Amino acid sequence: MLSKLIPMRETILGAAILLLLALVATRFAGFIAPANLANVLNDTAPLIILALGQMVVILTRCIDLSVAANLALTGMAMAMLNVAMPDLPIALIIALSILIGAAMGAINGLLVWKLEIPPIVVTLGTMTIFRGIIFLISEGKWVNSHEMSAAFTGFPRDVMLGLPMLSWVAILITILFGIMMSRSSFGRSIFAVGGNPHAAVYTGINVGKTQFFAFVLSGALAGLTGYLWVARYAVAYVDIAGGFELEVVAACVIGGISIAGGIGSVGGAVLGALFLGVVKNALPVVNISPFWQLAISGSAILIAVAFNAQSGKAKGRIILKTSKDAT
Amino acid sequence: MSTLKKIMTSTAIASAMLASPALAADETRIALVVKALGIGFFEAAAKGAEEAAAELGDVELIYTGPTDTTAEGQIEVINALIAQNVDAIAISANDTDALVPVLKKAMSRGITVVSWDSGVAPEGRQLHLNPSSNPLIGNMIIKLAADHLPDGGDVAILSATTTSTNQNTWIEEMNKVKDNYAGINVVGTVYGDDLADKSYREATGLMQTYPELDAIIAPTSVGIVAAAQAVVDAGKVGQVNVTGLGLPSEMAGAIESGASKSFAIWNPIDLGYSATMLAYEIAKNGAKPEPGATISMGRMGTLELDEKSEGAMADPFVYDATNIDEFKSIF
Repeated sequence: MLSKLIPMRETILGAAILLLLALVATRFAGFIAPANLANVLNDTAPLIILALGQMVVILTRCIDLSVAANLALTGMAMAMLNVAMPDLPIALIIALSILIGAAMGAINGLLVWKLEIPPIVVTLGTMTIFRGIIFLISEGKWVNSHEMSAAFTGFPRDVMLGLPMLSWVAILITILFGIMMSRSSFGRSIFAVGGNPHAAVYTGINVGKTQFFAFVLSGALAGLTGYLWVARYAVAYVDIAGGFELEVVAACVIGGISIAGGIGSVGGAVLGALFLGVVKNALPVVNISPFWQLAISGSAILIAVAFNAQSGKAKGRIILKTSKDAT
Repeated sequence: MSTLKKIMTSTAIASAMLASPALAADETRIALVVKALGIGFFEAAAKGAEEAAAELGDVELIYTGPTDTTAEGQIEVINALIAQNVDAIAISANDTDALVPVLKKAMSRGITVVSWDSGVAPEGRQLHLNPSSNPLIGNMIIKLAADHLPDGGDVAILSATTTSTNQNTWIEEMNKVKDNYAGINVVGTVYGDDLADKSYREATGLMQTYPELDAIIAPTSVGIVAAAQAVVDAGKVGQVNVTGLGLPSEMAGAIESGASKSFAIWNPIDLGYSATMLAYEIAKNGAKPEPGATISMGRMGTLELDEKSEGAMADPFVYDATNIDEFKSIF
């Protein structure tokens, strides 16, 4: 059972990332310097965190399009809170951002669970509502770097053991998710709900409730990323992370998480995010016309997905042989 | 018939009485109408208008506007001003076309109408004052970089999207005049799509691709802030100067950190001052706002009108460490 020890999909994706790095290195050698690779990881950290949250939602046969808006709203709320109370400890800001994000995720979850509205409709709606609320609370104004406290913008940049805290947060969440998805009953129930909801019900799993918690989890991570994002770029305004939800979904899809639910892994989501992160960071330095950059990003996604679809095809077992073969 | 005449006469008397305090003092009454009250940018413009009024002496300035940025609100305000029989209206419009009928009505009563900042369609005003012009902006953004590079150097451009009309026009105008700045070498143009994260990444990429880069010119308010942050995070403050177009409130941090030595944008005080001066010249001194005319704007020089009776006030105003504190709370 070699395939179980070394998951095929992740290996191929990992190899694709290495190949991509080698290709970039031929045009810009400095890209694969360890310090730059650390920068790429750091730059991709928000995408990794959000992709993990999205993975859980997609596994339960749902989708969360409101993550970027949730991120922006929480980020704006935290930035405004910091301006109003600059002495608030960062630990409290982080806790609050997770809480606010989770609350917004819970709204999505409740609408999907209790009212049984299709998740894509629910989150399209809340996405617009969240963006609208940012405008209402900020009156369209920006929160700028000189208004934020040094501790507030400093946390994601603080270096520990050679890596900024932003990277460590992503690494920590990846480890926690790895344990949760493989070792906890909640993690297993997510696979069960996505893989076969009817069977899940018979094993005593509440499908709606599991989906609800998936949305809460995704929202909480979006909230946390909201603070990290605003602190990293040291600016908060209505449109931050506009369109980022699609990148998050793309990272999941590249990572081999089936949009139909039930299939996927933490490693896949992280590698999918890293793949996109490498592409996004490499394009500005390899000197390709910006008109081509979008097309290249899009093609990379399509190729990765097509590849996944091919390699992921379940090889069915023939249980009824034709008469010719039987004889 | 006589009743109607009576009513008309009494109305005329009433309006004459209403207008009499101004007439008695022989002051020119100029109304500065803004998009909405309570916006820092327009409060600053009003400050400039007051400066003009004080300089002229015989001007009564009325600073007014609706409480929210709607054309309906401005129409009400203008109707009230017509009833007060002011001499001139200088307006920054919430809608190009919606205000035309009411402003036409004002002009038919002999009120001078000029628009500034945000224009009105030509039939609804006598002239329009633009804060600057595309050639002036194009020249300014490269000048900002060149001013801090006496020995020349490499500069790169961080724009908004590949299809942003404004940015593309300014960059085109910049390329026309870049040969006037000896030694300044424009090495590349990248696009941050007016997203903080993409602009940050593109700015980081520029610093990697061109290790000798001396300046990043970002003629977009999102890009300039993101590029400044990227320079700070890369530890290249003092080495790479971020400049371009930005708002003082948003750029205060970048000036403070030293990532940006200077940047430019319109000066609302000068804008309010010039609009008031122009209104006065037309209403009081009989300047003719027709295509090709030149009209005085006091300390801001003169305004030259093009075939659409529009003119550009001046170069964008440069903000740096010496004046950022004054302006960061304004807009």
